[in-house]
Amino acid sequence: MSRENALINLIGIHKSFDETKALDGIDLFIDKREFITLLGPSGCGKTTLLRIIGGFESPDEGQLLFEGKDILDVPPFKRPLNTVFQKYALFTHLNVYDNIAFGLKLKKLPKAEIETRIKRMLQLVKMTGYEKRMVDQLSGGQQQRIAIARALVNQPEVLLLDEPLGALDLKLRREMQLELKQMQQHLGITFVYVTHDQEEALTMSDTVVVMNEGRIQQIGTPKRIYDEPENAFVANFIGESNILSGTMIQDELVSFAGGEFECVDSGFGEMQPVDVVIRPEDVMLVGEDVGQLTGEVTSVLFKGVHYEMMVQVGDYSWKVHSTTMQPAGSKVGITIVPFNIHIMHKEESSHEA
Amino acid sequence: MRKFLRGGYLGLLLTFLYAPIVVMIVLSFNASKSRAKWGGFSLQWYQKLFTDTAILDALWLTLRVALIATVVATILGTLAAIGIHAMKKKRANVLMSVSYLPMTTPDIVTGVSLMLMFVFVFGLVYRVSVAIGHPVQLSLGFGTMLMAHIAFDTPYVLFSVMPKLKQMNVNLYEAALDLGCPPLKAVRKVILPEIMPGVVTGALLSFTMSLDDFVISYFTSTTDNNLSMIIYSAARRGIDPSIYALSTLMFLAVLVLLIIINKRSALENVS
Amino acid sequence: MKRSWFAMPYIAWMAMFTIAPLLLVVFFAFTNADGQFTLINLRNFFDPTYLSILWRSLYLAFFCTIICLLIGYPAAFFLASKDFAKNQALFVLILLPMWMNFLLRTYAMMSLLEDRGIINNMLVSLGFERLELIGNEGAVLLGMVYNFVPFMILPIYTALKKMDTRVIEAAEDLGANPFNVFRRVVFPLSIPGIVSGITMVFMPAVTTFAISRLLGSGNFWLFGDIIERKFLESNDWNFGSALSLIMMLLIIASIGLLNKADAKQEGGGAW
Repeated sequence: MSRENALINLIGIHKSFDETKALDGIDLFIDKREFITLLGPSGCGKTTLLRIIGGFESPDEGQLLFEGKDILDVPPFKRPLNTVFQKYALFTHLNVYDNIAFGLKLKKLPKAEIETRIKRMLQLVKMTGYEKRMVDQLSGGQQQRIAIARALVNQPEVLLLDEPLGALDLKLRREMQLELKQMQQHLGITFVYVTHDQEEALTMSDTVVVMNEGRIQQIGTPKRIYDEPENAFVANFIGESNILSGTMIQDELVSFAGGEFECVDSGFGEMQPVDVVIRPEDVMLVGEDVGQLTGEVTSVLFKGVHYEMMVQVGDYSWKVHSTTMQPAGSKVGITIVPFNIHIMHKEESSHEA
Repeated sequence: MRKFLRGGYLGLLLTFLYAPIVVMIVLSFNASKSRAKWGGFSLQWYQKLFTDTAILDALWLTLRVALIATVVATILGTLAAIGIHAMKKKRANVLMSVSYLPMTTPDIVTGVSLMLMFVFVFGLVYRVSVAIGHPVQLSLGFGTMLMAHIAFDTPYVLFSVMPKLKQMNVNLYEAALDLGCPPLKAVRKVILPEIMPGVVTGALLSFTMSLDDFVISYFTSTTDNNLSMIIYSAARRGIDPSIYALSTLMFLAVLVLLIIINKRSALENVS
Repeated sequence: MKRSWFAMPYIAWMAMFTIAPLLLVVFFAFTNADGQFTLINLRNFFDPTYLSILWRSLYLAFFCTIICLLIGYPAAFFLASKDFAKNQALFVLILLPMWMNFLLRTYAMMSLLEDRGIINNMLVSLGFERLELIGNEGAVLLGMVYNFVPFMILPIYTALKKMDTRVIEAAEDLGANPFNVFRRVVFPLSIPGIVSGITMVFMPAVTTFAISRLLGSGNFWLFGDIIERKFLESNDWNFGSALSLIMMLLIIASIGLLNKADAKQEGGGAW
């Protein structure tokens, strides 16, 4: 996975805490100016990976190359990257100005330069005029902006962000997501972003790295990850899915839920057990007599833009999203177009999520 | 009605607590030495107090011991807290349990154990010094009392600082490193300001414990007396009204100190 | 430089001034004057004289703790209640004696109780007989209660103050009358305060020697007195160490017992 001209190369990273494996063989490269997101459930190792890049943790095994040179022995305060921490980690004994100036003063920059840089930063994060405020008098969103300014003012080549929006409410999150993305494009620096929120990852990133149990599950663009999940874990974690056990009868023909369906996948062999993934919005409800499957609507929920209906077919309960509602208790037919049927290899038995 | 009854109860309690103190204050101004009759207002016991070199020496010694012990204990204890906080959980737990030990050990046992240790070490020093031909006979005094005070003060600093460290955002120290601050500087510039309230509490606690200590000083010093030791021996000898004068002054000192502390914390609460 | 190294000076200091002295106590307790291993010191303790002294120390400390609890709980409860919550001055006033040297407080008590003290003088001037108020167990008990009652009030007060008032409102909402609110909610939640109060009173009470010496006039001995005498008067360090060891084990056992009771109360709580 490593690549010569990448900015950061992680090669064969292993890390355990006591007996638990946090990272189990991570290979990953990060390009210059890339917005890359490490996405996964809590405990998947994404924060540990970020902390290894930042220098706060050292791996048991593996290499971390920055512009081709191994920097594992470089202490965090000498690494050319900065971090925005989970709960901001602002210095409560300093005001906004001194928080942002912290890194610059350590570099012994002239006072005038510090001032102009801070001014520019406060403009960037839309906090002009807050210089003298103490940080504990700021709202969560404002503290977030100061934490970003404090990191960015040092003009790092890479900014590491550890669930930076986790403590904000939904509306503020959406705003900040946009702003962060704009900032990243405007400044042209690399962002390594950690989150457990798949929507956030899909909106902001150039590349999404889906992780689980210390391993990378899939790397790709948001669109590719959403449309072509490589395994049931990714499919389930990214968006909602119906995942059924099936059998690949032959290329482009799969059987599941008691029916046979045409699909577009091939190369799985014949009569092979597979997982079949179908997004709820790809399940079409039709008349009882024209569907490929028939079932009964058991519940209906209005979700704002669409209805979410559960449809019982045999012993599997399908999740269906549709803008037209079928009342609970009605008999319906289900059709799925071949293009929307995603076939993946069976997960090893370990996985049950 | 309820408030009245409760107030009455607290009033009775206050009477119980203050009657002896008030009596002492009144008697400190009594011209007559007898406690039977009021011989008129006089400051003679205060005069006597301020010319009593034994008491003045003890006061000076008490202040010196308390001050030096507080400074050393605060530094030792704060560093210890930062160090233990950075350790793995298991080791940290062991150290914290051991630190708890001197706080549960009765003063008298702490006192005799330190005395045993000092006498034991002094015996070794004496034997070695005789062997090399320069006999050195050390005795229990200022130095040993000071070391004992540092030993019993330090855990209090540790236990005052530790909660502040635990409250601190775990990433704060890392944030400083991340911004280019070397580790030692990060401790000074970021961790120390965060835990300052705990350090101050620990220092104040140490200072009052040292000022007030009797039992441990009593066993670890024979040549030098602190104020508590002077009071104890005066009390054993019988009544001396200049001790009343001393009590009155110390009561006033504590009162003023508490009022200042209270005002300060009240102000902090407002702002 | 690793941050965990910051604890090194402290660890060295503790090893020298806490661990080593306590080990010396253990060593002396199990050896004779010639340094040979023996159990005679421990055996000597099980002599009726010493057992009765231990018994006296225990029951005096026990009664002292009970009386302090009976006086202190209502006081803490009233102080923390809405009636007086805003009255900071009252709170400071009740706790102020705690900050005064306990020997001075004992000295004040002496002046009241002595044969020629204030109370007896008043009795005589009113035409009554002099009473023997000092030199007995009652006087020592009174002195202990007087000295230690603030140490019972403070932790209970803190526990009561810390209580979430919404819990009380919830109990009322669920139909508990004031008595039931107290019995089922307030009191159980204040148990940690009671436990630390009991520790803070029982421990100094059972180990004291100064109070018993001053208010008991040397007419009888407590456990602390014999330890002091073995070390400073009869110079029998081996037996003194054995007694210290026993006292320490006694204290550790009672603290352990208390904490266990507390943990049970809190449903296996967080100790």
